Amino acid sequence: MPNTRARRAGRPGPRRHTRRDLIVLGVLLGIPILLDLALIWGPTLASVGLSFTTWDGIGDIQWAGLKNYDNLFTTYPQFWPAVRHNLLWLAFLGLLAAPFGLLLAVLIDRGVRFSRFYQSTLYMPVVLSLAVVGFIAQLILSRDQGALNAVIGGRNPTDWLGNPQLNIWMVLLAACWRHTGYVMILYLAGLKSVDPGLKEAAALDGASARQTFFRVVLPTLRPVNVIVGVITVIESLRAFDIVYAVNKGRNGLELLSVLVTDNIIGEASRIGFGSALAVVLLLVSLGFIVTYLVQELRGEQQR
Amino acid sequence: MSRRTLLRGAAVGAGAVALPSLLAACSGGPSGVTMGSNASDAVPKKAFAEAFKAYEKKSKKTVRVNTVNHENFQENINRYLQGTPDDVFMWFAGNRMQYFAQKGLLSDISDLWRDFDGFTDALKKQSTGLDGKQYLVPYYYYPWAVFHRKSVFRDKGYDVPKTFDQYRALAKQMQKDGLVPFAFGDKDGWPAMGTFDYLNMRANGYDFHIALLRGQKSWNSPQVKQVFDLWRGLLPYHQKGANGRTWQEAAQTLAQKKAGMTVLGLPHPGQQFSAADREDLDFFPFPEIDPAHGQDAVEAPIDGFLMSKKAKDREGAKDLLTYLATPQAEDVYLKSDPNNIAVNSGADTAAYTPLQKKAVQLVSGAKQISQFLDRDTRPDFASTVLIQAIQQFLNRPDDIDGLVNDIERQKKQIFSAT
Repeated sequence: MPNTRARRAGRPGPRRHTRRDLIVLGVLLGIPILLDLALIWGPTLASVGLSFTTWDGIGDIQWAGLKNYDNLFTTYPQFWPAVRHNLLWLAFLGLLAAPFGLLLAVLIDRGVRFSRFYQSTLYMPVVLSLAVVGFIAQLILSRDQGALNAVIGGRNPTDWLGNPQLNIWMVLLAACWRHTGYVMILYLAGLKSVDPGLKEAAALDGASARQTFFRVVLPTLRPVNVIVGVITVIESLRAFDIVYAVNKGRNGLELLSVLVTDNIIGEASRIGFGSALAVVLLLVSLGFIVTYLVQELRGEQQR
Repeated sequence: MSRRTLLRGAAVGAGAVALPSLLAACSGGPSGVTMGSNASDAVPKKAFAEAFKAYEKKSKKTVRVNTVNHENFQENINRYLQGTPDDVFMWFAGNRMQYFAQKGLLSDISDLWRDFDGFTDALKKQSTGLDGKQYLVPYYYYPWAVFHRKSVFRDKGYDVPKTFDQYRALAKQMQKDGLVPFAFGDKDGWPAMGTFDYLNMRANGYDFHIALLRGQKSWNSPQVKQVFDLWRGLLPYHQKGANGRTWQEAAQTLAQKKAGMTVLGLPHPGQQFSAADREDLDFFPFPEIDPAHGQDAVEAPIDGFLMSKKAKDREGAKDLLTYLATPQAEDVYLKSDPNNIAVNSGADTAAYTPLQKKAVQLVSGAKQISQFLDRDTRPDFASTVLIQAIQQFLNRPDDIDGLVNDIERQKKQIFSAT
């Protein structure tokens, strides 16, 4: 401290940046900002703009007003199922997979036998991409040649992936298989950092194991809870690869991301219409992001 | 790390982002014609390589082939043609070619067509854009039909049905005999389109079918409802759970003699048969529904070559296309890939399998040749509306009115967009 004050004292007025400093700052800040604008904000704004046009990717861009949105809500049969499936995904991962991951983490943290083995087995699917999980799901669940129907036997095989009432649940289970391991490893790390003194104190105060967990351990895990929440929301909204691997996201597996792809990336090139879908997905995501940021900032102030 | 190295690193990083596009802009010198290929499967890939090799040997020119995964090629065709396409590329006949011709992305090759020999008028029509100019060199095609095993038909004493009533009666009989009458899979979304096409062409005729797919007829008309109604009547004889089964798996049930028949294209079922069983494979044309239309139309998708508008080596491209239009070029190809048949009447059919010979007969006797549902209509309509609609129909075959109204509403939207 005295050192800086001494230097400051020698130089009157606010600190001036040399020309070189300015260039360095400009480059170091400028490149990320430019990349951010070019790679993130540019495409985002372009999507919003294009969503008001009927563009097929080749000819002239024609203004269409709100027609795409109107079509989306009224005449596109896949839209509402896709919204429902995205929300179901969120609920399933958030209410089942994440708590289950926590449960496994607690059990392993308590030091059940072979905990290392369980830990690595449960974590293994996280290493696989969801597309690979999709392929594995097909090997197991295919109606005629899948392993599960071969084991169950019977004259009327169940159409796990072809029945539109059933396949979304099967795919959700497969997605859970991966998500649970992911959540588990995060909580395991969090549990390791819980001060054992806290638990001892709770035990001395006569708290039951349950009380200790819910009143003492879980609150200290708050930072991990936040991370798990964010990851769950992101995973649910960007869910794509597993259903695309199973049946291109059709016949009961529609998701917003799939509809965007179907309309923009494929041979179809209904870029205006697809952009409108992308904007809907963006708005849904923004809803969660804004809620999260508001909560975080509030928490920051309280602390 | 010092600031200087950090900066240097940042500069290199930025360069790495920009470099590939710069390099791409520089490539493409005059060293031979470039060929964009979607033939990523082993058998056709090798067969095409043989054909190009034969051309190189004959002309002393080189062909540089850029092979892209079949599905990716299809999905990126828009951007491909607007970016830096190859001089010549593989694509399909019919509406799917006309669409790009209309958008001005293809080169007119009418001058080459004037000297072509051995192509029927039907072929020429399928190679012609809406402006009356030719854009495609057809190469091979593969008819769709009802496939079955000779031995099953012989052992059970089945006769080949000519009419729809006989077809239905045969299906009923097969079910009684413990067979699945129709092996059926539509997980990929397109295989069931073949059945729709045939039902529509037999019941309403080729002209209605094509007008419907061009957006000129309405989908909630009585004619289309009748098609779905006929189909619904056949569904109890179809293998259940089609939306969860690939066509490969369906073809295997036919190979295993668990199923009696299946509606597929010439290259499809045979791939799932063992070499020994392949001779047991046979087909008959889709039966007649309305005597006014008989069995006139045959669904036979044509694959061929197109020249992109942005072709750099135009002379080279035309020379290559001229060669590919000769019967010899097709012979070389079919020697390595006997799952298709040549389009040129001068092609050597002596080495054909009996099945190929029968396919030639079927196609040459056709009064009209359709391509395929997703080749006879707009790509956006086929891939975002019809695939889903047919899958929905297979799940809930009873709500035909709701289904066709849904299709019609979306059709109006898509066809009015441009």
